[in-house]
Amino acid sequence: MPSIPGSEAYSSDKEKSMAELLKVENLKTQFHTEGGVVKAVDGISYHIDEREIIGLVGESGCGKSVSQLSVMQLISTPGEIVGGEVIFEGQDLLKYKTHGPEMRSVRGAKIAMIFQEPMTSLNPVLTINQQLTEMLELHLGMSKKVARERAIELLGMVGIPSAHNRIDDYPHQFSGGMRQRVMIAMALSCSPKILIADEPTTALDVTTQAQLLELMKDMVERFKASLVIVTHNLGVVARYAQRIYIMYAGRIVEEGTIKDIFGKPRHPYTIGLLKCIPRLDEEEGRKLVPIEGLPPNLINMPPTCAFLPRCSYKVERCFQEPWPPLKRLHDRHYISCYANTEEKTGEPTER
Amino acid sequence: MTTYIVRRLIQALVVLILVTLIVFFVMRLLPGDPILIYVAQTAELEAMPQERIDELRAEFGLDKPIMVQYANWMAGIFRGDFGTSIFYREDVGTLMLERFPITIHLTLLSLIVGAIFGVLAGMLTAVRRGKWLDKIVTPLTYVGLTIPVFLLGILLIYAFGVKLGWLPISGYTSPLDDFWLSTRQVIMPVFCLAIFGVAANARQMRSSMLEVTRQDYIRTAWSKGLGERAVVMRHMLKNSLIPVITLMGVSVSIILGGSVLVERVFAIPGVGSLLVSSIFGQDYVVVQAITLIFAVIILLVNLIVDISYAWLDPRIRYG
Amino acid sequence: MVEKHTSDIGFSEAPVRASEWRRFRRVFFERKLVTFGLVVLVLMVIAAAFAPLLTPYDPYELGDAGESLLQPGGEHLLGTDLLGRDTLSRLIYGARTALMVGFISVFISGFIGVPLGIIAGYFGGVINMVIMRAMDAIMCFPMLLLALLLAAVLREYDVISGIWVVIIALSIAIIPGYARVTHGVTLSIKENEYIMAQRAMGSSNMRVMFRHILPNAFPPLIVLVTMQLGALILAEAGLSFLGIGIDPPGAAWGAMVWDGYRYLANNTALWLSPGIAIALVVFAFNMVGDGLRDALDPRLRGLL
Repeated sequence: MPSIPGSEAYSSDKEKSMAELLKVENLKTQFHTEGGVVKAVDGISYHIDEREIIGLVGESGCGKSVSQLSVMQLISTPGEIVGGEVIFEGQDLLKYKTHGPEMRSVRGAKIAMIFQEPMTSLNPVLTINQQLTEMLELHLGMSKKVARERAIELLGMVGIPSAHNRIDDYPHQFSGGMRQRVMIAMALSCSPKILIADEPTTALDVTTQAQLLELMKDMVERFKASLVIVTHNLGVVARYAQRIYIMYAGRIVEEGTIKDIFGKPRHPYTIGLLKCIPRLDEEEGRKLVPIEGLPPNLINMPPTCAFLPRCSYKVERCFQEPWPPLKRLHDRHYISCYANTEEKTGEPTER
Repeated sequence: MTTYIVRRLIQALVVLILVTLIVFFVMRLLPGDPILIYVAQTAELEAMPQERIDELRAEFGLDKPIMVQYANWMAGIFRGDFGTSIFYREDVGTLMLERFPITIHLTLLSLIVGAIFGVLAGMLTAVRRGKWLDKIVTPLTYVGLTIPVFLLGILLIYAFGVKLGWLPISGYTSPLDDFWLSTRQVIMPVFCLAIFGVAANARQMRSSMLEVTRQDYIRTAWSKGLGERAVVMRHMLKNSLIPVITLMGVSVSIILGGSVLVERVFAIPGVGSLLVSSIFGQDYVVVQAITLIFAVIILLVNLIVDISYAWLDPRIRYG
Repeated sequence: MVEKHTSDIGFSEAPVRASEWRRFRRVFFERKLVTFGLVVLVLMVIAAAFAPLLTPYDPYELGDAGESLLQPGGEHLLGTDLLGRDTLSRLIYGARTALMVGFISVFISGFIGVPLGIIAGYFGGVINMVIMRAMDAIMCFPMLLLALLLAAVLREYDVISGIWVVIIALSIAIIPGYARVTHGVTLSIKENEYIMAQRAMGSSNMRVMFRHILPNAFPPLIVLVTMQLGALILAEAGLSFLGIGIDPPGAAWGAMVWDGYRYLANNTALWLSPGIAIALVVFAFNMVGDGLRDALDPRLRGLL
């Protein structure tokens, strides 16, 4: 993709991949509530390459889901996208009208999304067939009959047994895991370029989680799509993502390859996150260390680093200067932190 | 689903028996001799010789124990025998057949008008929430829910009948005899009877639409790239209509209750006005028949509503 | 569905804190129509209470010759009826009738309906079945129709005066509303630990039902009473419009509308003023009920 006009210092010094598919620049989304303005997403920038899998990780309420809904322009009042760019195929999606035809031809067809709650994300009064075929008819112009055939085929691909018998069932006749499989089939039905999976496995039990992640990985490979996994659980993305963005309080605080993040995590928050993942290969007795304190209230945030109150690495500068911009450590590893976190990270976190 | 329907049917049967008991025994609460229910006035009764009274008592089965009387009354109703009107000197069943079509005509029209306009208004105000249409229509629904029907009727007559002279102010003609005149005559009464349904349906539809808007599956629908029309008509409408359907029973109840007043205002010879004149004429056999029929209609509507409610929601249908 | 929604209604046993009161006031007065309704009701109560002081004329006194059917304006602000009685004075006295019927009826029916609902919910089983099905049966009759049926019968008892015929008939007609609300509340909280604890400690059923369960039903009951006052006044107007209830020369708004209807075009004030009075008051009770519901417990939306 050619260079993007108006790119900031941060992005210009970054190596550009020719296969860059989506580029989000300085995205800001706010919610206007009674208590004040909630800066749910406060200027995040990220990109995803073709056929890449990235992870977007952070505690609940850090704005990771909102950022993805913003990309799709699915923010409704009192939320509002107040700034930034979402460049996809050379076009800024945020310039499109929310429910205008251009945006609609992107949604579902080019960028598709899977949501957290498989129990409530499918319409209870429409059959699986009705919900699967409407996209095929809309975006690919298939006839009802062809769309149905294709829908059965897709259900088979995501591992729904005897799909031709189940296609006229209603969502409540499926288990949670099966519904999420239906969602995957639906999301991929129009061969989108990007699949966004918003906490796709959080509501499911552990065995189902692993199966679904494996399925999603296989499916995006098969459909040659890129995948954004949004999760609060670093463990979920560890095996699948190539790069990871760590979000905190509406911002990206660290980004890097899977090796960077798990091998040499540098932001205090990332270090904290890694300490609370249980690992089977650890020696007995390693303590899981929860991060002290609570995530910040996103209303009336101080200009300084939002992680400051919970940080154990803080230095004088943190109190005096505003939240630091992302700075490059090396290659594709960036952090937003003043402190020198290197010497303390001697613990064996490498996988 | 089957268990649900069976359970609901049994429940309805129990309620039906209770309804008949209420109608039967309320009439027995009348002071004085129960024979008064069947024969005109006290004066007439006093003038009768005792043998004649005993004869009548035997004829109406009033010499039997009360539960036997109830059973006989019920058996009569199942045969279509509602007794004889002392005022019209006519079989009550025949009388009902003359009067009921008029009330049913008005009731059905009012129900349809209430459903169509109410659902439409609710949809539009929900989709355009906070816009001018919503700001005007939604407060008006409060007025629709609370305005006395008889006042509305008189206001309409005053405006469209007397002042503007557009519509006939009273009477009823069967649509089979003169469709045009009939339609002009029923416009105002139907407006009065439908207004509650319009308002109630609009409010329920609006709030259930707004509720559905927040659901995850609507976000899914948007995320598929569907247009507003498809999202509203395909994904929201059916879900939002389910709670609106429960209002049907209430609407019928309000319409039938209101028909007593509206038929009086517009001088329509339906069962509503028959009921009022029978009460004043102490024609209790007719009063008994009308209240029973009204209650049974409402009971049946509620039963149908509950079953169709379950049928519309696949979670219950296959549950 | 009802059970689910009402599952956590109430629990207002904690003393009302000042902040709760502030929140209540803020939500209640948020909507202008609710404030409007409250003002209307306050004015109506004042009018009814001080009727003899406020009325320019005796509402029952027949006018002299030539005072019949006067148009509004002049000495008689709203004109006079056929018998020369002052419409405004009769309107003010009509407020008394309406409020009296409304308040006494909610009291009587609450006195019967509330215990019925609690007993049904608390004991369950056959008792519950009998009571609640009976309530369903009563609800099969349109309120106005049942009241009409009962009034028709009660009217035949010479000892019951017209207004009490209406009060008793309406009271019976609205019992199911109370029973349903308290039934729902009882069902939702009778399995709660503190209720179980009371029972385990050997509190009598009566004590548990009325000391511990009943208070939880207060918020929805307050809303229900307000809404029913509106419905009762509407029904009373309907009955008196049909000529049932108030004995002459008593003033009732519905009867005034019917009497005035004969002079539809000649003397609009005669039917329009009592008609507007009914509409305003019923509207006001509904708005205040709505406001109370939102302020006390918005979860009741759609239920009451």
